[in-house]
Amino acid sequence: MMTDEKKIENFDPQAILEVRNLRKCFPIKKTFFGKVTQELIAVDDVSFKLNAGETLGIVGESGCGKTTLGRAILKLHQPTSGRIIFEGKDITDYKSADMREIRKKMQIIFQDPYSSLPPRSTVGGILSEPVSVHKIVPQNQVKEYVLDLMEKCGLRDYYYERYPHEFSGGQRQRICIARALSVNPKLVICDEPVSALDVSIQAQIINLLKKLQQDMNLTYVFISHDLSVVKFISDKIGVMYLGSMVEFGSKEDIFSNPLHPYTQALFSAIPQPDPDIKMNRIILKGDIPSPANPPKGCRFHTRCPHAKDICKEVTPEYKDYGNGHCAACHLLG
Amino acid sequence: MEELTNKETVEEVKDTEVPLDKSVKLMSPTRMVVRRFFRSKLSILGLIMVIGLFVFSFAGPLVYTRWGEIELDESGKTEYSVTETTYTVNGEEYTLRQTTEKTLKDNFLAPPSAEHILGTDNEGYDIFVRLMYGGRISLIVSFIAVFLITLLGVIMGGISGFFGGAIDNIIMRICDILICLPGVPILLIISTILDASEIDAKYRIYLLMIYLTFISWPGTARLVRGQILSLREQEYMVAAEAMGYSTPRKIFKHLVPNVMPQLIVQMSLSLGSMILYEATLSYLNLGVKAPYAAWGTMINIISTNQDILQNHLNVWVPAGICIVIAVLGFNFIGDGLRDALDPKARR
Repeated sequence: MMTDEKKIENFDPQAILEVRNLRKCFPIKKTFFGKVTQELIAVDDVSFKLNAGETLGIVGESGCGKTTLGRAILKLHQPTSGRIIFEGKDITDYKSADMREIRKKMQIIFQDPYSSLPPRSTVGGILSEPVSVHKIVPQNQVKEYVLDLMEKCGLRDYYYERYPHEFSGGQRQRICIARALSVNPKLVICDEPVSALDVSIQAQIINLLKKLQQDMNLTYVFISHDLSVVKFISDKIGVMYLGSMVEFGSKEDIFSNPLHPYTQALFSAIPQPDPDIKMNRIILKGDIPSPANPPKGCRFHTRCPHAKDICKEVTPEYKDYGNGHCAACHLLG
Repeated sequence: MEELTNKETVEEVKDTEVPLDKSVKLMSPTRMVVRRFFRSKLSILGLIMVIGLFVFSFAGPLVYTRWGEIELDESGKTEYSVTETTYTVNGEEYTLRQTTEKTLKDNFLAPPSAEHILGTDNEGYDIFVRLMYGGRISLIVSFIAVFLITLLGVIMGGISGFFGGAIDNIIMRICDILICLPGVPILLIISTILDASEIDAKYRIYLLMIYLTFISWPGTARLVRGQILSLREQEYMVAAEAMGYSTPRKIFKHLVPNVMPQLIVQMSLSLGSMILYEATLSYLNLGVKAPYAAWGTMINIISTNQDILQNHLNVWVPAGICIVIAVLGFNFIGDGLRDALDPKARR
């Protein structure tokens, strides 16, 4: 392993997570002999860097590969190609036995707090299992540790003996957060953690995540389709469309100066609470194309209001337009 | 663009969730199932039947020690038979009347009395006591068989469902082959082999039940596999993977407990069918052999003498009733558990 780790080129020691040209394809059709004849490109050539303590918000429509990206980072899906560098180690080719050690350091919070908790164990069981499996604290201190963690996540101590089905969505999501944090991770992938909750509970959960980030010095990859939530929590934002990252940059840059036409259209759709403000919505034509059969050239050209001939033929390059603000569009020259 | 979700507006929302009432003791899923189970009268009846049989078979012989399982009643009795023969000598008829007095050692086919609660069978064994011992064999054998079937079924089905792909294919094809095997003809062959190899009559039923286990586990394996196939796609299994749990832990601590409801139902239903199987085998004289008692062999006595079928109901009817009680009891429990464990039928 040690020799492999030294091979990483252009390694940025500040970055806790670096993703390079990540691709994930799922086979749709196979021949009798197992040769893949048609595949669905869920994540296509995504690259970014994330520093410790930062939050990366990933936004995009349904089916654009946000969740697959999150799971591929955790290697819950083995990436088809590309590299994942976590804490200076290239974990792309780690076998599942090697990954078990890394699992302590990167965790995931799922979208659906109903299906992501095992129905037949108590809250105490759910939370203490990872602690004992990874030997986070000595066996005789596990219960104390778990109760402490529950308090941090806003769960009362007498929930310890209760079953998940006795809780509401928000409380279940707190249990999920507590479970993810029970192993003291450095990086947490939040896969739409609030989209299944109603708005008032969303705010509580997001505040909890923010508080925990400060207390435990966590790094988040926050996947969401809710732009207001992403804007509130993120330091950096990546916009995805049909599997590829179309724009990436700091929150300020992206919100004040969206470069890609898709980002512009997306941000124009943020609902305004004040009815007097006139919304300049950019309405996109058509639907998102099938990722099994993506359009040639720029993925977005079928719906782009400014599409030119070159967009239909050539895939635009993903370039840095200053200050780490990257985008992939021919219009930017 | 106006600042929409600034920090102040978000943080105004305080924890508004109503905490669970600490004083209300909520029930665990298991306790809820137990309560629903006891709500059904039929399942209580089944439980009483099965517990009754257990007490009868296991505690009975300890209390009622008058006769043993293979203890003959040698009090004997004298039988008189009269034969008349007619001869014709020189046109005159003579009748020869012969009276034979036969003293038998064993007191067989005795009617129910204080000495023998249900009488004796054609050999002179006490039927009531043999019912108890027969129950022991039936219950022990079927419990062992069901335990082994479940164990094998859970392991094979769990592996098959969890790994999928080639492993799944291989295990499921083995299951298909085993399901195709005809049960009784092969049992006949095995029984002949056991006869030839002179295995103690006490143990041959166990060997036969091991064979039955061997051909019966695919049913349980398929059930477990089907459940695990759907459960492993649940998000909490992805969570278990993300937690870095080992594969055996994922299968046997996270998946199999969730199959338990279906498994328990399957187990109680197959207990009934295993008792029937055991009785059938013994009835066909393949399983437990004389002088040892089993419900099946006790019914089989009717094949030795037609008179018993008509005139000595006390010999074979009690064994039949015991079989019916056992099978019905286990089936009632199985049905009750199925209803109690069905999450959609919450009442």
